[in-house]
Amino acid sequence: MDWTWFHKFGSPPHVYRLAGLLTPWFAWPAALLILGALYGGLVLAPPDYQQGDGFRIIYVHAPSAWLAVMIYAVMATAAGVGLIWRMKVAHAVAASCAGVGAWFTVVSLLTGMLWGKPMWGTYWVWDPRLTAQLILLFLYLGFMGLRASIDDVSRADRASAVLALVGVVNLPIIRYSVEWWNSIHQAPSVMKMDRPSMPFDMLAPLLAMLLGFSLYFGAVLLIRLRAEILRRERNASWIREELT
Amino acid sequence: MSGPGVFRAAVWVVQRDLRLATRRPAQVLQPLAFFAVVTLLFPLGYTPELAKLRAIAPGVLWVAALLASMLALESLFREDADDGTLEQFVVSGQPLTILLLAKTATHWLLTGLPLTLMAPLVGGALGVPFAALGGILSSLVLGTISLSLIGAVGAGLTLASRRGGVLLSLLTLPLAVPVLIFGARATELAIAGDSLTAPLYLLGAVAVLGLTLAPLAAAAAVRIGLE
Repeated sequence: MDWTWFHKFGSPPHVYRLAGLLTPWFAWPAALLILGALYGGLVLAPPDYQQGDGFRIIYVHAPSAWLAVMIYAVMATAAGVGLIWRMKVAHAVAASCAGVGAWFTVVSLLTGMLWGKPMWGTYWVWDPRLTAQLILLFLYLGFMGLRASIDDVSRADRASAVLALVGVVNLPIIRYSVEWWNSIHQAPSVMKMDRPSMPFDMLAPLLAMLLGFSLYFGAVLLIRLRAEILRRERNASWIREELT
Repeated sequence: MSGPGVFRAAVWVVQRDLRLATRRPAQVLQPLAFFAVVTLLFPLGYTPELAKLRAIAPGVLWVAALLASMLALESLFREDADDGTLEQFVVSGQPLTILLLAKTATHWLLTGLPLTLMAPLVGGALGVPFAALGGILSSLVLGTISLSLIGAVGAGLTLASRRGGVLLSLLTLPLAVPVLIFGARATELAIAGDSLTAPLYLLGAVAVLGLTLAPLAAAAAVRIGLE
């Protein structure tokens, strides 16, 4: 099998140009999907029979919570590729992922709290999903903290990659242990979403939003990746040619 | 290749670290004193009533043990990295994973095990009934093994960084969440007089997983940290 296409991803100029070409293909569909899903979710979807209009925050909350976890998986995969094939670009991808993932985690936590206030009567309950999400935020912060504390880029790359891989092994264990911890301390929480029984005009905007958020993540990742490559290769000659 | 076998090398590492510890007893005793002081703060800050203390004893014991073992991690690799010992490990031709596992085991002998042995004393002060001590001891033995292993990865990773301390806790504590949950649960069940088989099995599973994977990750981390 011809692996040239794969090895090309190891070349910063190639990836830099490719990311620039691909960005609009992610950004525009993302913008259209998010706008459409917002209209569908905030206007077209019927109010929930129990939660009224309050449930509509799900259209931001659920996709961002989902992305927070997905981005960690993307980050760990990129870190693993970087560690195994010693690919600098893959490390740059992992580094670009961390900030976006942490922000999606924060968004999901904040929207969850805003949702919790009218529904549960309090901003915070020690619900397993909330708690696991909070721990995920600390994993992201640890990853970024470790990167920031090591001056040498290549060492920071590999040390943080090991951490990301350790985290990805541990993440399922943390999720299950937290669920188990909570199930014995308090009765099952108020929040029980019967997803399959959600009517189509409620569900469709949610799925559109999920796709829109994923594409948005793709676009932001590509932009951040270009910035990261520029920063790392700032002394390389191809950048001078590229920018003049 | 000639030279001693892996097992001999590992035994030497253990002997060396134990001898170093006897020359510098303060380093071993400080985390233990920290463990005792932290648990002492709870009766003072919360209530001296034993019945109420008993209710929070599992959390107090485990959080204090977690923090004390964090405190001891700083010294796990740092000095050996500074004086070149770890570099000699890397170039010795012996598998680094095994040597680091030996170091981690010694670290557990010097922190995890004494913490466990101190638990009856501290637990007694928190109103834990005598019958529960066996369960608490066994959960702490398994839990502190995992804590030392997870900590070895964190200590390895922070070798390359300029400042260790706080970062090490930020890296390690989230990863230690399952140990805390299962351990505190086992302690709670032991105090209530119930069977604690389930959380003990889970603690054992985490320890076995840690024994399998953590030395590999720690070796990778130390190699990066030493460059």
